[in-house]
Amino acid sequence: MAIRYIYAEYEITRNYDRCIACRVCERQCANEVHEYLPEAHKMVADEAKCVNCHRCVSLCPTHALKIVKSDNTYKANSNWSQKNMNELYRQAEAGGVLLSSMGNPENFPIYFDKILLNASQVTNPSIDPLREPMETRVFLGSKSVEIERDENGQIKDNLKPHLKLNLPVMFSAMSYGSISYNAHESLARASQELGTYYNTGEGGLHADFYPYGGNTIVQVASGRFGVHQPYLEAAAAVEIKIGQGAKPGIGGHLPGKKIVDDVARTRMIPVGSDAISPAPHHDIYSIEDLSQLVYSLKEATRNTKPVIVKIAAVHNVAAIASGIARSGADIIAIDGFRGGTGAAPTRIRDNVGIPIELALAGVDQRLRDEGIRDQVSIVAGGSIRNSTDVVKAVALGADCVYIGTAALLALGCHLCRSCHEGKCNWGIATQVPELIKRLNPDVGYKRLVNLLTAWRHEIEEIMGGMGINSIESLKGNRLMLRGVGLNEKELEILGIKHAGE
Amino acid sequence: MLKEGQVRIPSGCAISGMFSKSGQRTSGESIIQSISVMHERSNGLGGGFAGYGIYPENKDFYAFHVFHDNLAAKKECEDFLERHFDIINLSKIPTKKNKGVTDEPLIWRYFVHPLPTKLESSQLDEREFVAKCVFRINTSIDGSYVCSSGKDMGVFKAVGFPEDVGRFYRLDEYAGYCFTAHGRYPTNTPGWWGGAHPFALLGYSVAHNGEISSYDANRRAIEMYGYSCTLQTDTEVITYIFDYLHRKKGLTFQEIAQVVSAPFWQIIDKMPAKERATYEYLRNAFAAQLITGPFSILVGFEGGLLALNDRLKLRSMVVGEKDDRVYIASEEAAMRVIEPDLSRVWSPKGGELVLVELEGDKR
Repeated sequence: MAIRYIYAEYEITRNYDRCIACRVCERQCANEVHEYLPEAHKMVADEAKCVNCHRCVSLCPTHALKIVKSDNTYKANSNWSQKNMNELYRQAEAGGVLLSSMGNPENFPIYFDKILLNASQVTNPSIDPLREPMETRVFLGSKSVEIERDENGQIKDNLKPHLKLNLPVMFSAMSYGSISYNAHESLARASQELGTYYNTGEGGLHADFYPYGGNTIVQVASGRFGVHQPYLEAAAAVEIKIGQGAKPGIGGHLPGKKIVDDVARTRMIPVGSDAISPAPHHDIYSIEDLSQLVYSLKEATRNTKPVIVKIAAVHNVAAIASGIARSGADIIAIDGFRGGTGAAPTRIRDNVGIPIELALAGVDQRLRDEGIRDQVSIVAGGSIRNSTDVVKAVALGADCVYIGTAALLALGCHLCRSCHEGKCNWGIATQVPELIKRLNPDVGYKRLVNLLTAWRHEIEEIMGGMGINSIESLKGNRLMLRGVGLNEKELEILGIKHAGE
Repeated sequence: MLKEGQVRIPSGCAISGMFSKSGQRTSGESIIQSISVMHERSNGLGGGFAGYGIYPENKDFYAFHVFHDNLAAKKECEDFLERHFDIINLSKIPTKKNKGVTDEPLIWRYFVHPLPTKLESSQLDEREFVAKCVFRINTSIDGSYVCSSGKDMGVFKAVGFPEDVGRFYRLDEYAGYCFTAHGRYPTNTPGWWGGAHPFALLGYSVAHNGEISSYDANRRAIEMYGYSCTLQTDTEVITYIFDYLHRKKGLTFQEIAQVVSAPFWQIIDKMPAKERATYEYLRNAFAAQLITGPFSILVGFEGGLLALNDRLKLRSMVVGEKDDRVYIASEEAAMRVIEPDLSRVWSPKGGELVLVELEGDKR
């Protein structure tokens, strides 16, 4: 038998006093971890196959299962951690690039957690959202206008096309292919009910979802998969994807096994062929090329839809964003280094890019310094985990946020970070029919609606405490923020004061 | 200790204003009486007045009221004025010392007119040129501060109770068609006179009672258009918002009220389509100029006066009328003391604009 270098990181513990050998765990696990031994009338598990997705734990009717971190350990070493060693063993065995899914899990600072919010005391009143109107509606798009009037003195509507959102949260780009049909249906229906938008990613728009076009942002990415005239026309806005927080500078690769019938048709590629998005857009080698694509898309949609340019938060993000603002884009989406992915090289995901909080603060300030902040809206993503992250992002200067991972969690994802293996037991990141049907879109869409309804209530409560009754008055309102445990440089970049100041 | 401008100081306040629609000029004595009724709404750390129609002999020139900390600053400031303006007249502003007002700076008044050559080479319109010069002095000349820069109007303010400030400036010796007054209740000491109200730029003057919660959103937005918020006060940023929307963007005062004190979406969504479109346009395009949190403001401008409450009416403000006169104050008593026989008294709703202008005024 071959030497197994890596011991499973997690152990499945089964309480045999509770286990009734009903075999639910066995049926639910696409990784074939659980096995029934008929002679012994007993369930056993092979941890080596387990991805720790908690599907079996969640469905075990007698709560017999739990997954715990293994205490098996190598000789302690601060430099050569267990993770470092295991990754090395894997590469020595397979000779390939390490792959990972979802956002950067490493121990970098989370600035949102080092920022505290303000509330009114004495000098102005807080506002009770249960008794007074509390507004979370926002518009995305250029606000730079000169007033023009008709012969009666009425103001003419000369604003450029924009998006109208009932709350400052949208679902970020996740392609059909990387996630399932049912996941997409859940997102589309939730967006419509909530009055917000979801994003096709670069997988095209499935024919069934055209009726949700009014709540759909369609993406044009480097592979141009699924892009055609009706696709652009169906949407509320068009997003040019330059980069993604999880893998800045890297293209995409959806393995052929996920390119099943429907996915292939939607992407307009042959069944079973790998869908490879190039690292750059091969018609964009410079900023002036971007401008041409922006205006081409505007022309293709007869100037009726805003164009979003999405970039990863990299070192020079402020200057890049400034260039984009001057290139005709109406909205800039910035994706932080914690942003999720269906698959990315581990080294890239864990080492490239910068935190969204710093990128957002830097971009917002730079655009203001240059007097062009009102020409574009800013959408911040990667990673927004809860309603306070939303509030903090808006106060730092975002018009709105994108959520991806948070939405998938609402659909059942447990962040096992194995999307790239295509065997998602929750029916989200898979194209296997029997797995997909585990995600019921009737339930899924409702859970998304619940999540954002809950967030909206919390945002209203927080705003009310600050004495603010419109989210527009929170935008860029950095006096509502204070840092804790941040050094002077960090405070300077975030443009906030330290707590106690 | 930090001076106002280096630190943001919240304040409570009293405001009062009076306006003659026929343009009849009356003495500043009444407005002192009016504001003094609301003594307990101030704490002695700021008071001030704005008067309109007070300089009929020099009404075509910009009247700069300037605080100088010392003679060196005064010289530097006057050199700057000489380089950019014809100085038609300059004088110390007459004052009368009283115990309630101390630590006064050198207080000077200059009637000026932009030098045609300077104005032309700046490629700016006249008022923008004047505003830019005011910002230059206030941000780059250490120790000089222009607190008033309009035509045929002036701001008189200090640290002290407003009635003492009025006596100090001998306001009873001025006559105008409009006066506004402000008594301030800051939480901590401002350290100098600049932060007292009214705050003014060109002909706009703002007296404000409240503490706005949108301050930093408003500040960061307006600074993008070339305004520098050196005092960190609500009044300052509100003044700039009015100047920006009225002078630079050409919105009417009614439209400005719809922007800064916008109706709630639940109201707008029920409006007829055309009306709704205009409201939505204004709220979308000028979202960063929406002001939230409590305020009642009096905005004086050349030829008129307006009053406005925040959208929830979180600060008291009443309006009274008698013949051609309109009175607006935080409390009814402040109007009754100078006009016991008001023909109509009413309380404007949150976001409801009260606008009075000189009759027949074509400005």
